[in-house]
Amino acid sequence: MNEGIALSTESLVKSYELDGQKFNAVNGISLAVTAGEFVGLVGPSGSGKTTLLAMLSALLTPTTGKVIIDGSNLSDMSDKQRVEFRRKRVGFTFQANNLIPYLTALENVELMLRLNGELNAAGRARSRDLLARLGLSDRLHNLPSQMSGGQQQRVAIARALIHNPAVVLADEPTASLDTERAHQVVETFAQLIHEHKRAGVIVTHDLRMITYTDRVIQMRDGDVARIYTSREEIKELAASGPG
Amino acid sequence: MQVFLTPLYLAQMEVLRNKVRFFLISLLIALITLLVLFIAALAEGLGGGNREYISKLDADLLVYKADSDLLIAASRLPRSVMNQVRRVTGVRAVGPIAVSNGAIDNPLETPDADPLRVALLGVEAGLPGAPPIISGSPFSTNRAPEAVVERRVIQRLGIKVGDRISIRTNQGSGDETFELLVVGLSDGEQYGLQPVVFLPVLTWDRVRSKTGPNSPLNLNLIAVQLENPKDLAAMKALIPTQVKDVEMAGIREAYEALPGYKEQQSTLDTQRFFTLIIGVLVIGGFFQIQALQKVPQVGMLKAIGAANWMVAVAAIAQIILVTVIGVLLGGGATLLLATTLPPGIPIVFTGQAAVAAIVSLLFIGPIGGAISIRYAARIEPLKALGMSS
Repeated sequence: MNEGIALSTESLVKSYELDGQKFNAVNGISLAVTAGEFVGLVGPSGSGKTTLLAMLSALLTPTTGKVIIDGSNLSDMSDKQRVEFRRKRVGFTFQANNLIPYLTALENVELMLRLNGELNAAGRARSRDLLARLGLSDRLHNLPSQMSGGQQQRVAIARALIHNPAVVLADEPTASLDTERAHQVVETFAQLIHEHKRAGVIVTHDLRMITYTDRVIQMRDGDVARIYTSREEIKELAASGPG
Repeated sequence: MQVFLTPLYLAQMEVLRNKVRFFLISLLIALITLLVLFIAALAEGLGGGNREYISKLDADLLVYKADSDLLIAASRLPRSVMNQVRRVTGVRAVGPIAVSNGAIDNPLETPDADPLRVALLGVEAGLPGAPPIISGSPFSTNRAPEAVVERRVIQRLGIKVGDRISIRTNQGSGDETFELLVVGLSDGEQYGLQPVVFLPVLTWDRVRSKTGPNSPLNLNLIAVQLENPKDLAAMKALIPTQVKDVEMAGIREAYEALPGYKEQQSTLDTQRFFTLIIGVLVIGGFFQIQALQKVPQVGMLKAIGAANWMVAVAAIAQIILVTVIGVLLGGGATLLLATTLPPGIPIVFTGQAAVAAIVSLLFIGPIGGAISIRYAARIEPLKALGMSS
């Protein structure tokens, strides 16, 4: 394993059969994300970015190829081991339904520590600090229904990071937010990925959000169409519109 | 440890933060509990009211007239049969039981009081068939104008030992009234859902309803005590071989043969069963709807690493909690209602019947919720979160 690489894939393929015909939703993708790097996955609908994210998060088993997180090959794991791995080593935010509706912001963040059996006084303090860092110190005891969409996404970000995962994955986290809040959320997300030295991957339709990423992988028909690495290229792509 | 407690924490928090919703389902379970407990109490009360005297008999066997199909009213035995049965080896004691109906006239000595309809049972003091006396004394002779009354007569009329009661019966040509002295009180001894007045058998013959003046004294049953109750089956077969024209029954067989007893009990058991089925469906429906509403939430929980067992345990814990609260509320409400019911209503709460009903009620929650638990455990996070291709 190369030094500093937290997440990598090798010739990753996911095949499906549709009307008797086999097609590859993800077609032999190899990539690597280092700790502290924030990568954007963009592409039109059906390009395979969500399927790729599902495999990176151990929610979907590849047809062939490998996903390696923190030195562990997910393909070698049983279903039970993958569930445990997700709990301990992966942080996740989703497009919607991110939070447990009957838990407060603080309880939602602490839940990740509970699931790992790590909720103690230090964990509680860390949860409060992280929420405060995300500008939610006055919302600790609010239920999701008492918070805006942007606030809920920030709570989800805190939950995705609180247990010190190796990788943090975000699936369209700004889909239900207005532009201003979307920028706030992704900017904060990027800052925390850098600060906490985690490997971050964000799937987004909204190209404006990739401004905050370090690298952008553009997908088309299950393949990597292009990789944007320089700030200029990324800014140019981001300026091309909401996606 | 914390990992294992997390599902319980989730279950508890959801109930606490959605008190009204969960209270409503608990209330439904409470109503079902109330219904089940009342049906159980009614079954016990009606059954008990029918069989109480027979089931408490200090006898091992009952002798009926042959071919009476164990119907007490159809069984007519001359008194001489008693002596024949007594002579059978292995029989320790025999006693007469004669059954009729009457009414205690003007029982509360108020002008508009209704007569209290009672069963009149003719028995002999000190022999099988006579009730245990809890206050007062047994009859002085077999012809004495005396009576022993049971608990329900005491409850309804406030009768004491030494009081006089007027028993009215039909004597063919019209009603006649007989004055009797109450010499003893017995515990609950209902027969055919009626309170009972016990009379010495020859007094009973004088007082009983008659179709004509010359109707001879016939007993309905002969109660038999055995030297060795373990020989019951053998003695049941032996007695009809030595005494002509009789058939035998054990105590349980006798009260199960009471007219309508089995039908009544099976009707009430069916009601109880269907009430429990309704409970299963109500709880199942509620938790299934809830499981459907929670698909994205459960999917998210699984995606962030909650194992299937955690989701299942959280669901089971919630179902158990809601069911226990419902059963407790229902049990409390039943207790409260039971204290307000008048004594004439045949509702009897016995510990055994209540425990059986409560245990069955505690099972209906998990049974009803089983489908929703299975459903929740099988939710695919990718599909639930809309990430499947």
